[in-house]
Amino acid sequence: MTTILAARNLKVIRGGSLLVDVPGMDICDGETLSLIGPNGAGKTTLLQALSYLMKPSAGEILFRGQAVGTAQPKLEYRRRLAMVFQEPLLFDTTVFGNVASGLKIRGIGASEAQRIVESQLERFGIAHLRDRSARTLSGGEAQRTSLARAFAISPEILFLDEPFAALDPPTRESIVTDLEKVLAETKTTTIMATHDRNEALRLSDRIAVMEGGRIAQIDRPAVIMNQPVDEFVASFVGTETILEGDVRDTNETALIVGVNGSEIEVVGKGRVGERVILCIRPENVTLTIPDGTVKTSARNTFRGRIGRIVPMGLFHKVEIACGFPLVAYVTTHALEDLSMKEGNEIAASVKATAIHVIRKSGT
Amino acid sequence: MDIILDGIRQAFILLVTFDPEVLGITWFSLKVSGTATFISLFFGMSVGTVVALTQFPGRKFVVSLINTGMALPPVVVGLFVTIFLWRNGPLGFLEILYTPAAMILAQAIIATPIVTGISLASMQQLPKKLRLQILALGATRLQMVRILIREARLPLLAAVMAGFGGVISEVGASIMVGGNIKGYTRVLTTATVMETSRGNFDVAIALGIILLLFAYAINLVLTYVQQRERPR
Repeated sequence: MTTILAARNLKVIRGGSLLVDVPGMDICDGETLSLIGPNGAGKTTLLQALSYLMKPSAGEILFRGQAVGTAQPKLEYRRRLAMVFQEPLLFDTTVFGNVASGLKIRGIGASEAQRIVESQLERFGIAHLRDRSARTLSGGEAQRTSLARAFAISPEILFLDEPFAALDPPTRESIVTDLEKVLAETKTTTIMATHDRNEALRLSDRIAVMEGGRIAQIDRPAVIMNQPVDEFVASFVGTETILEGDVRDTNETALIVGVNGSEIEVVGKGRVGERVILCIRPENVTLTIPDGTVKTSARNTFRGRIGRIVPMGLFHKVEIACGFPLVAYVTTHALEDLSMKEGNEIAASVKATAIHVIRKSGT
Repeated sequence: MDIILDGIRQAFILLVTFDPEVLGITWFSLKVSGTATFISLFFGMSVGTVVALTQFPGRKFVVSLINTGMALPPVVVGLFVTIFLWRNGPLGFLEILYTPAAMILAQAIIATPIVTGISLASMQQLPKKLRLQILALGATRLQMVRILIREARLPLLAAVMAGFGGVISEVGASIMVGGNIKGYTRVLTTATVMETSRGNFDVAIALGIILLLFAYAINLVLTYVQQRERPR
């Protein structure tokens, strides 16, 4: 994989505060990278610095190895990328005129522009809106127009800044599906900022989790989800149970970790006496009624009481107190099957391989 | 009441019969105020656009000056233009006092801050991110300004209308620097003042109706512009 875009010692300082601090970052040609993180983590700022819409305070951006702003002139660089914002930011003209705008700026002839625009309108399913005024479009239609405008210039890098955040779920779903298809077709390198981890998981080859202007972790989605490097990443990617404990015993493959007097067996590395963080994803916790008849293959089975049951749409979030707080996701069907109620006794089990260990010392 | 009803009846006769004097004054008013507005557009739109799109120290102060200028009393403008154009004033050598040129100059000075202020506001009303979007589309600075002006074209039309509305209806400066000379510097407002003082209410009302029609047309356009939605 060749690197198309890289950041070196990148810093953005505005009004005396450090908004982005990225020592090094490489984006591969053809990949889709998502920047996720809470509001104010610096996703948008990093996106604008990478696209050179905002001048970095320090460091450089390398496009195909050439420093933007010096070896690679700013305007020339901008003409090889496209950006789609959360707001469609359409011009006060027709849908056709909007999609053609980037081509017009580049001085591309009318007949060629028309051919390109028509194919983009077709691709995003808005050919029938061709001559409509942008003022009369719905939110979804407007965002499709904005995407078509971006793809019309065949960008080498596509930047997306929370492009679906303002859309209702069905509209969002249909646009994400279309974009997924277009990205697979065109293999356009894409960098997307989002605070929706499901969107990121679905579209990305890699995910960068940002906190306070820094990239906390950048890796493939499966690694980010199951092997977070720290508590922040763990909680941001939906690890509901994060426990602190100390290693009591070790063998070749497993550790016994003491947490609030309970002992949890986990697969991982560590030394006796070391402080560790245990991450347990809620979908990896199995609940059973503790009557002794139900057997489970899990090594770790904990008895406790149900604290709270929160409906989450497709499943319920069940909070359990079993010497330490533990959170499980349960389908509505299972909830009724086991007739779980707040205050009831319950047995929770987690496989030792399903627990991720973060070593506090970092070694 | 009779005076008013009779005046209105006479005024309609003057209007529907295209009375040459009323027509001449109207045409001349349009020429003077139109030219003045056109000149003010050149300065007002440039300054308004620059102030709207740039950041510099003291910008707020400049904006407050422009906004104050929008309420510049025409008589004050008339006073200073008269002083400057007076025979031994700084611009006396031009010898244009009591000519249409002086009226155009005074009206352009009145209209410029109005056009500047509204241009500034209409450029600032565009979403801030629109500039980023235009840059991201690969525009040069000049292309960006052109696109932004195009995007603000309707509010900018409002600036033109407001500037024109301000000068066609002002009387103070026109009478001071033009002198209300019959067939030379007489415009709708100065003629209305004179006819009223003479008791010729019919002519005054006819001229008043024409002024009202201009005001209505201008406001019609402004209302339409203000109630139009921007695209998402």
